[in-house]
Amino acid sequence: MSALPWLHPDRVALLEAALRKRILVLDGGMGTMLQGHRLDEAGYRGQRFEHGRDREHAAHHDHPGCDLKGNNDLLTLTRPDIIRGVHEAYLEAGADLVETNTFNATRISQADYRLEHLVPELNREGARLARAAADAFTERTPGKPRFVIGVLGPTSRTASLSPDVNDPGFRNVSFEELAANYAESAAGLIDGGADTIMVETIFDTLNAKAALFALAELFRERGTRLPVMISGTITDRSGRTLSGQTAEAFYYSVSHTRPLSVGFNCALGAADLRPHVQTLAAIAECPVSTHPNAGLPNAFGEYDETPEQMAAVIGGFARDGLLNLVGGCCGTTPAHIAAIAEAVRDCAPRTLPVAAQEAA
Amino acid sequence: MSTRHTRLSGLEPLVLTPDLLFVNVGERTNVTGSAQFRKLIKEERYEEAVEVARQQVANGAQIIDVNMDEGLIDSEAAMVRFLNLIAAEPDIARVPVMVDSSKWSVIEAGLRCLQGKGIVNSISMKEGEQAFLEHGRKVRQYGAAAVVMAFDEEGQADTAERKVAICSRAYDLLTGRLDFPPEDIIFDPNIFAIATGIEEHDNYAVDFIEATRELKKRFPASHVSGGVSNVSFSFRGNDTVREAIHSVFLFHAIRAGMDMGIVNAGALAIYDELDPELRERVEDVVLNRRRDATERLLEIADRYKKKKGEAAVETLAWRGKDVRARLSHALVHGIDQYVVEDTEEARQLSPRPLDVIEGPLMDGMNVVGDLFGAGKMFLPQVVKSARVMKKAVAYLLPYIEAEKLRTGDTGKSNGKIVMATVKGDVHDIGKNIVGVVLRCNNFDVIDLGVMVPAQKILDTAIAENADMIGLSGLITPSLEEMSHVAREMQRQDFRIPLLIGGATTSRAHTALKIEPHYKSPCVWVKDASRAVGVAQSLVSKELVDDFMAKIRAEYAEIRERHRQRGPGKQLVPLAKARAQRFGCDWVDYQPPQPRQPGLHVFDDYDLAELRRYIDWTPFFQAWELAGHYPAILDDAVVGKQATELFNDAQKMLDRIIAGKWLTARAVIGFWPAASLGDDIEITVAPLPSPSGRGVGGEGSAEAQHPAPPVPSSAPAGAPSPEGRREHAVVLHHLRQQADKPVERPNLCLSDFVAPKEYGKPDWVGGFAVTAGLGIEPQLERFRADNDDYSAIILKALADRLAEAFAERMHERVRREFWGYAPDEALDNDALIAERYQGIRPAPGYPACPDHTEKTTLFRLLDATRNAGIELTEGFSMYPAAAVSGWYFSHPGSQYFVVGRLTREQVEDYAARKGWSRQEAERWLAANLDYDPD
Repeated sequence: MSALPWLHPDRVALLEAALRKRILVLDGGMGTMLQGHRLDEAGYRGQRFEHGRDREHAAHHDHPGCDLKGNNDLLTLTRPDIIRGVHEAYLEAGADLVETNTFNATRISQADYRLEHLVPELNREGARLARAAADAFTERTPGKPRFVIGVLGPTSRTASLSPDVNDPGFRNVSFEELAANYAESAAGLIDGGADTIMVETIFDTLNAKAALFALAELFRERGTRLPVMISGTITDRSGRTLSGQTAEAFYYSVSHTRPLSVGFNCALGAADLRPHVQTLAAIAECPVSTHPNAGLPNAFGEYDETPEQMAAVIGGFARDGLLNLVGGCCGTTPAHIAAIAEAVRDCAPRTLPVAAQEAA
Repeated sequence: MSTRHTRLSGLEPLVLTPDLLFVNVGERTNVTGSAQFRKLIKEERYEEAVEVARQQVANGAQIIDVNMDEGLIDSEAAMVRFLNLIAAEPDIARVPVMVDSSKWSVIEAGLRCLQGKGIVNSISMKEGEQAFLEHGRKVRQYGAAAVVMAFDEEGQADTAERKVAICSRAYDLLTGRLDFPPEDIIFDPNIFAIATGIEEHDNYAVDFIEATRELKKRFPASHVSGGVSNVSFSFRGNDTVREAIHSVFLFHAIRAGMDMGIVNAGALAIYDELDPELRERVEDVVLNRRRDATERLLEIADRYKKKKGEAAVETLAWRGKDVRARLSHALVHGIDQYVVEDTEEARQLSPRPLDVIEGPLMDGMNVVGDLFGAGKMFLPQVVKSARVMKKAVAYLLPYIEAEKLRTGDTGKSNGKIVMATVKGDVHDIGKNIVGVVLRCNNFDVIDLGVMVPAQKILDTAIAENADMIGLSGLITPSLEEMSHVAREMQRQDFRIPLLIGGATTSRAHTALKIEPHYKSPCVWVKDASRAVGVAQSLVSKELVDDFMAKIRAEYAEIRERHRQRGPGKQLVPLAKARAQRFGCDWVDYQPPQPRQPGLHVFDDYDLAELRRYIDWTPFFQAWELAGHYPAILDDAVVGKQATELFNDAQKMLDRIIAGKWLTARAVIGFWPAASLGDDIEITVAPLPSPSGRGVGGEGSAEAQHPAPPVPSSAPAGAPSPEGRREHAVVLHHLRQQADKPVERPNLCLSDFVAPKEYGKPDWVGGFAVTAGLGIEPQLERFRADNDDYSAIILKALADRLAEAFAERMHERVRREFWGYAPDEALDNDALIAERYQGIRPAPGYPACPDHTEKTTLFRLLDATRNAGIELTEGFSMYPAAAVSGWYFSHPGSQYFVVGRLTREQVEDYAARKGWSRQEAERWLAANLDYDPD
């Protein structure tokens, strides 16, 4: 792909300069923070959806049995104050980059709530909220510019696995459908002002490839592009993605997009992720990121690794030169991010390997 | 010059570093190249098509080429279906895929199925620069590498100059306009057929080789590939000559820089081993060294031609070589005809008789071991090689003994292993094969045979000062016994490695249930082909620590995963499973009544009749040859070996039948039955005395006992019309507890019998058959002749005949004895595919996993007296070539897997059987969903 111009060349330059200088800090979990607000169905609906339909879309009606509670992405529209508050808490804790509240803002995922029509709006507004929060902090501390990552989540379907044990050849979603989903969501993120797009929590590399394909098409249509970040998920201690790839195979499958960064997040705690981050650190030509969970879930599905415990492990990653970007996923809070930021503050970022460029 | 390696991926990475030299791309999953694969796809036999891919990878293909270009196939749909199917097979999906089509739409459909980084085959400038660039851009966007064909608007390049010019132009466009990485470009400068008789074609191979040399010079980061089998197209039908042409062509093309090729990985001749005359004439053709090269190759080509389905006539040219080379040839090719005279000649030339073994014989076996390890030889060949070796050693033995007496010198071996099939189990084909393979690799093998008690194994290991112990077993109770042996080894302070193998063993079982009991090395061995590697690693001081560290980490991880296993596969409570039993409208159901109830005994069944019922596929499996019969005979990779083995088996079958080597006996019976929950209650008349046996017709001795009375509505203990006391016998069964959707019942075999409360006169049947009586003296004869190959064939055939016997009896039961399907007419394939009404599940197998139920079955049938089959204490049948089970007639009856059981059901089952829970847990160990206390 001959390189298209950046949509925001100045911000890309700032971001790249910061990446050369230090380990950048990502934010932490969104869900954990929202749970604290204990919102009920009415709380999720806000005024806009209180009467069983979308006030701003005449054609939309609720469907029986279709509660909106749990649709965290919807809070961007119905409780922007809460979402902005989460972004600010992470920026306050020291995050250089915040992720938009758009993990499930795809057509496939919103179909669970019959809210497909909101997809462009959820992404656009999600990016705007994060943008406003980041800009306010950049103004306060111009020496530490803050950035917005537009998040594309994995969707609830997998393109290379069959949901039917009796028919391994069956698929409940196609590459084309996924690509169309991601294109629609990404367009909203770009319109809302995201600095980068991150394809994250990748269980199935084929889903990610559909997202990356869609981004390439979208950039070409618009004649301009954003940096792309990629973050896969090693689902358990077998050391593979849900779709069966090793960390190294995963990287080779997505590196054609020449991403801004590549890394792993979710599913495992930092200690269990280490060998896989190490693999990436040894081969990736681009910066390496990780945002692990706060340990493995306990019997109640809760995460109980403390900020200090997690920061201690991640401090080790940083000292060993494995990291360019680091943050948190499920179960992490601003306290975790503050501790992590502190732990990596004085460590040099990983230098990109020259081995990959060596003479044959 | 700065350059990067090409990095591809399936589930695992493949980095094309220079030390790979040449990347094999498997060609058999290509409908244009393989008639067999085309047939499978056309007939939508995708399961078998997936097997072709599996074999390609197993035989060393590092990438697989998939092509569905055929007029009568919906190529896009077939590409998608096939790629999605192999994506579900980790042992195939680990390698990258080459999506091969001349239609862009098919390529794009394929790319949309690949999570890894594959290769597109191919793009070219045949439709102009614009289409070429568009395709190149899309390939990048999908994240693949590309084969670029030397093809432009004018057509395919045939001369070296044009090949280089087109490829160079394509390279400049891709890298200049699209920023395409040079390492992701793979040139295909067109391999065309040579020796066609047309003079213009004579230089095609040279043109390819020269173009390759120039392209690698200009673009060192890129690769050169091609479809190799094209070059020999004019010799189709003559595989020997074709393989020779491929070998010579590759030899020169690789030296010029060709580093990838679409080849049949399993059928490459070795350049050095080609017949020199053939090689020279082939080389003349490939390198276009003389005008009459084609004529000269044609002159001799017919000599190498094989008749269809028949091995080439063995030329005797090798007899002219020196004795060392002759022994090596005999070993590699498994020819035992001259081995004694050659061994004698070698002995006379050697200072000590032992030198013959440690010199030429071991050298030859090392070649065999290397070829086998590299996937270039298959098990039947290795076993034949071993036969040659054994005969040579047997010849030398007296001389060696004499020498030993004189000098006290004993030879050196790699190590000594004591092997045994554990107590209660009689199955040993796999163990025998492992023994042969280990012996080939210079291990001393002490084989204690079958049904060996733990203490005897341990005592022998001590007495023989063994370096390791190998345990084998086939039936599930053997798993528990192996665990016992491991515990005993620990208790008695053993330190030598323990190897575990056999059909029901697994890495997971070994990790969870055996290895934790033994502190010294304990390793699961998947099959015979792994045995040598494992054994060598264990005896090597340099290797053992790393090897065991890896194994132990692997097993620890399995245990960890087992502990962490999520709630995904929750079982349902027994009451819920029972509520969701198989449904049948019993009120309207009329159970079929047996036409000929009672016991029927068959004393000497006609083996010729059974031969037609043999299911051959498992026979090949026993020899670790993968594939379905009959397709396996034409298989690109193992076809030749499979055919040879099949022919040997047919010859032996002829001898078995003509010489009456084996006696087939059987007993079947039917009893009134009613289900009581998960149990089945059957009504039996007092066991008839054997004196009632008579002789029946149809070439077999049959006897019919007087029919027991028609079941009354209150069978248990009620007096029959004849006044004899009947009694009830209870058959115990287990129910599936998987959490299933409502439309899929939780099955139990008792579901297929009318419940007692309906008062319907229903029945179950039982059978026990064997085809293994009389096998021992024959096996002994082969052993005495050092002929393991024949011994293993005979055993495997006896197994097949027993299975065929069970199949044939079941057919006759359906048509005659029970007679509920008198008009059934199914061919053998349909029988193997189980397309009949009714089932014949065997105790100890998935639908009724409790082996101990065989006791009831044997008592009902009086199987030991009536069919000559004995039960061991582990409930294995002897002779091993035996099958027993139940008959169910219900039209809805089906085979199923009981699967995991909760403690609740195990306790319930124990109560029904009159066992303690611990006893039940021991016999159902393989089915427990929990860790017993």
